[in-house]
Formats: sequence, structure tokens, C-alpha cells
Amino acid sequence: MTAVAVHLDGLVRRFGDLTALDGLDLHVAPGEMVALLGPSGCGKTTALRLLAGFDYPDAGRVRVAGADITDLPASRRDMGMVFQAYSLFPNMDARTNVEFGLRMRKTPAAARRARAEEVLELVGLGAHAAHYPHQLSGGQQQRVALARALAIEPSVLLLDEPLSALDARVRAQLRGEIRRVQQRLGITTLFVTHDQAEALSIADRVGVMHEGKLEQLGTPEEVYERPATPFVAEFVGTMNRVSARLTGDGHLEVLGASLRASGPHAPHAAGELVDVLVRPEALEALADPHGNATIAERTFLGSFTRMRVKLDDGCELLVDAASRRGLPEPGVRVSVRATGEDALLAGDGAARTGS
Amino acid sequence: MRRRRRRPRLWRVAILVLAAIFFLGPLASAIRFSLEQSNGRDGLGNYTQLLHDAALSSSLATSLEIAALTTAIMLSLMLPTVVWVRLRLPRLALVVESISVLPIVIPPIVMAAGLATLQSHASAGLSDLVFSSPLTALTPVYVILAMPFAYRSLDVGVRAIDLRTLVDAARSLGAGWPTVLARVILPNVRTAVLTAASLTVALVLAEVVIAETLLYTTYPVSLVNAGQAQLGVAVALSVLSLAITWMLLLAISFIGNRGASRARIGRLL
Repeated sequence: MTAVAVHLDGLVRRFGDLTALDGLDLHVAPGEMVALLGPSGCGKTTALRLLAGFDYPDAGRVRVAGADITDLPASRRDMGMVFQAYSLFPNMDARTNVEFGLRMRKTPAAARRARAEEVLELVGLGAHAAHYPHQLSGGQQQRVALARALAIEPSVLLLDEPLSALDARVRAQLRGEIRRVQQRLGITTLFVTHDQAEALSIADRVGVMHEGKLEQLGTPEEVYERPATPFVAEFVGTMNRVSARLTGDGHLEVLGASLRASGPHAPHAAGELVDVLVRPEALEALADPHGNATIAERTFLGSFTRMRVKLDDGCELLVDAASRRGLPEPGVRVSVRATGEDALLAGDGAARTGS
Repeated sequence: MRRRRRRPRLWRVAILVLAAIFFLGPLASAIRFSLEQSNGRDGLGNYTQLLHDAALSSSLATSLEIAALTTAIMLSLMLPTVVWVRLRLPRLALVVESISVLPIVIPPIVMAAGLATLQSHASAGLSDLVFSSPLTALTPVYVILAMPFAYRSLDVGVRAIDLRTLVDAARSLGAGWPTVLARVILPNVRTAVLTAASLTVALVLAEVVIAETLLYTTYPVSLVNAGQAQLGVAVALSVLSLAITWMLLLAISFIGNRGASRARIGRLL
């Protein structure tokens, strides 16, 4: 199977007054896994449905391996898809479900059976071939669904929040398996999710969507560490919004530290007050009787502890610290300091502190 | 605790007994009456007379043919309609539902009168094609009459499954619409389909007004005719037809259960 490239060119899709996709351009390289990440209603699922052929764009083209497939119906697109809802056919056992796509392609029975066994083995369910969907757990059903999508050796694999109905442990495990299978087969994959941890951990590149547009497309590290826009910064991971003073050389005075300013911004005059975004792990709160803040709340989260800190000016910040003994208790006076190297200038947008 | 539970139970028994008297009383009386022969003695005379009645058995055959054809046409029209409305026109669901009730709202005699006019003024070609046999004349009418029941039960069945996901999954695996309907939707709304079929069969085996007006001797019509001639035979006939209808419905639900139990056996293995 040779991997193919996927191009979405200027896709526009409107539902009545609502513009679900507002000129989406996305290029997925052969064999690459791209995750589309965004809040509900950002257009990520619409983009996937357009690629799958369940819906047609009002403008723009869909190309796979260079061929324009915009007007091709779903049944002739040669794509494997795993859905958010359990989508196995309830009247068929696991093997028959997996064989369905091959049956549609008129594959001879023996070859069909062999291929079904092979992909069921690939997802670790070889022993469950004769089980009906209602006899399988949620995680097993999604694995069979993955096997069913892969059985037809599709040119593109589409994953529409396939893990969101599962509980946390199964989700993490299946996430790893999907990635392993995808890399082994080298299949071009588009993965849609609203879960940032999922997107960051599984994909080669993450595309953050907002209001029908792609805000940023980059590796998980780029998106997390160098968010292109305030929206990306606040949607991916947790962000604090704090006020800072610009110094002359493109630096910022933030909580007693001098940080490099980054992000798109209109030129500001030196000395001007601006809002910047800082991650909780780029702050530290040290017990200090003469400090400028008080610990309001402390939450133990395993490897790290998150503290809600109230500054004397009324502003609240989240500060993460590696869990250890001696972290300040709630009520203790602390001084908060920025420890990172740069800070993103916040736009005048919908930034929310500590979200 | 015990005393509190006893009283409702007593009520339940009382209601059951009352219902049993209400339903089984007339039935028992009918059976009793059908066993009274014209010579004054008890026996199966009325029933044996029925078995020798050629007109009756031929009308039963006609009605069963009509029932089978009506059910087949009804399903092949209604299931795609219900699916299409649910998938593509969800906003029109209520409108379509209202339209489907029209056959109940319009009295059968109005339909019969209209059809009778058409029948008497039909050209020779149309007469030969449609009105020459009860099968071709009545089946289309019964398909329309069955619409309210069929639409509702199919709609309930389709609403109970995750239609969009199943259809999308099948489509992305390469299935065309006929395959989606036959292999994915139909097996998963089997109960609803059987309900719709049962109601259609029951309707065809009970409809008198239109058949009578258009002068076709279907099973229910010959039932009425027989009743006018000989009371004992008529009651025997109604007992027999009740038994036949029950057997048919039982057979339909048995077919349905066989499919379901196959899946259940799979669960045990």
C-alpha cells in the first residue's frame, strides 16, 4: 500500500446562516497523521465529513493523491472511517462486520476471511471474531471498527473522535494502539478530536481549528510551546493571563522577570501595559512572608501539584509545581515569579484566565 | 411490608379475571354456539360444512395473496421513505407523519365510493389491467390503508437505532443505498418490520367495506355473506378466522424470534 497525500483546498460549508467551514486549507502528507483539534462547533467534524464524502462543500476542492474527489460519493472514496458512536452493525458478528467492506468489493470468500482474521489479529481481537457487538466492551467494539476500516486497505484513514465514548484507561491504551497500527501501515490519517492531550500525544502534526478556520498547524511541540495565536495558546494546555510592561528591546516585565515577547502583535510603545499569556509550569510560587500573593487552593494531581494563587491586586493565577513535600499550604503568603524565557502577547480577545 | 404488597396483588387478580371474562366470555360463548348443530345436537357439523365450502377456501386464498403482496409493496415503499425522512428531511418528519394518518381520517366508504366510480368508468384496458382481479384492484388500496400503521411502527424502529452512524459506516465501506437498506437497516429494525407486517395482514383479513363495494369476494366478505345465510356456520367461521389470524401473527413473530435467537445463541457461545 503506497501512502497518498490529502489536500483540502479552500473548503467552505454553510448550514443556513452558520458558516461551519470558512475556507479551510489543509495538506496532509503521505503516511502522516494530522489531528484536527478544536472546541465543538469549530468545523473539525464538518471537515472530516467533507473528506469522507458524507457531505459536499459549498466551495473548495478535496483531492486525494492528486485526484479531485469532491463530487465522488462516499461509497466510492476508498476511505476507512472509525466513528465516535459505536458503529458496528449489530446484526453481524465481529468477523462479518470486518468482512463487510470486502464483500462490497466482491472479494472472494476465502480471501475475505483471511483478511478479516489478519486485521482482527492486528487489533488484538483474533479470539473474538465470532462475537456480536453487544458481547464486546466499548473498547473492543472500537477496535473491531478500526479493523473493519483497515480491512479494505483504504487510501486514507478517518478517525472521528473514536475514543471519546471510552473510559480514561481504555482510551489511553487504544490511543497508543491506533498510533502503532497507523505507523506500521503508514496510512495517511486525519484524526478529529476536542481532547488536546489526545491530539498532542498521537499526531505528527496538530491543526487547531477555530470558527471554521485553521488557526495553527504544527507539530505538537510547536503548537504547545509556540502557539501562533492567543486562541491556540488558551485552547491547548492551560494559560494564565497576566499584565506586563513592555521594555524597550522587545522584552516584557512579567511578575518580576524579564521575558522575550512573542506572538503576533501590533507595535507597542515601550512602557505600555499589555496582557501576556504564561503557562502554569512557567511560574513558581515560593513561600515568602513579604510576598505579593496568597495560596487560595492547592490540588494534588499526581506528578505535579496545581496551586491557585491570588495576587494582591485581585488577579488569580494557576501555578504548577512538581509534587514534593514543603509546597506552600493554602493561606500561606508567597511571591510569584515567572521562570520561562518568553511570553505570548494576548490579543484583545476572548482570553480567559486559567482556563 | 407483606400486607402492603398483598392488596395491589389482589387488585391485579381481580382486573385479570374481569378482563378474562370480558374477552374470553364471548369467545367461549361463540365456540359453544358454533358447536350446536341444526339438528339440535352438539358436534362439529358447522365446521365440516365450512371445509366443504369451496367459495370460502378460494376467498381465503385470495385474501392471503393480497396480504402477502400488500405487505411486500408496503415495506419496499415505506422503509426507504422512513429512512430518507429521518436522514435527509428531519424537519419534515412531522408533516410526513400527519400525511400518513390521512387514510384513517378519510372514511373507507368515501374511498370505496371514489374507487367504484373509477371502476365503472374505467376504459377496457384499465379494467383488464386492474379491476379484473381482486389482487390488482385491492392491493394498491390496502397499501394506502396500511400506511398509518406501517409508517408509525417503522419510524419507531428506525428511531431506536443510530441510523446516521450505521448508514455512514456502510457507505464508507463501499455499500450503495440498496445494500445499506437490505443488509444494514432491515435486519436491525426487524421487530418493527414484523409489527408493520402483522398490522398489514390483520388489516387485509378484516377489511370489508371497500372489497364489498367493489364487488370482490375476499375472505372477510365471504365471512359476512356466510353469516347472513346460516348463523351457526357464521359463528363457526368467525371462530375459525380468529384462529387463523392468530396463527398467522404467531407465525410472523416466530420468524422474527428465530432471527433474534440466533444472535442470542451467538451470545452464549
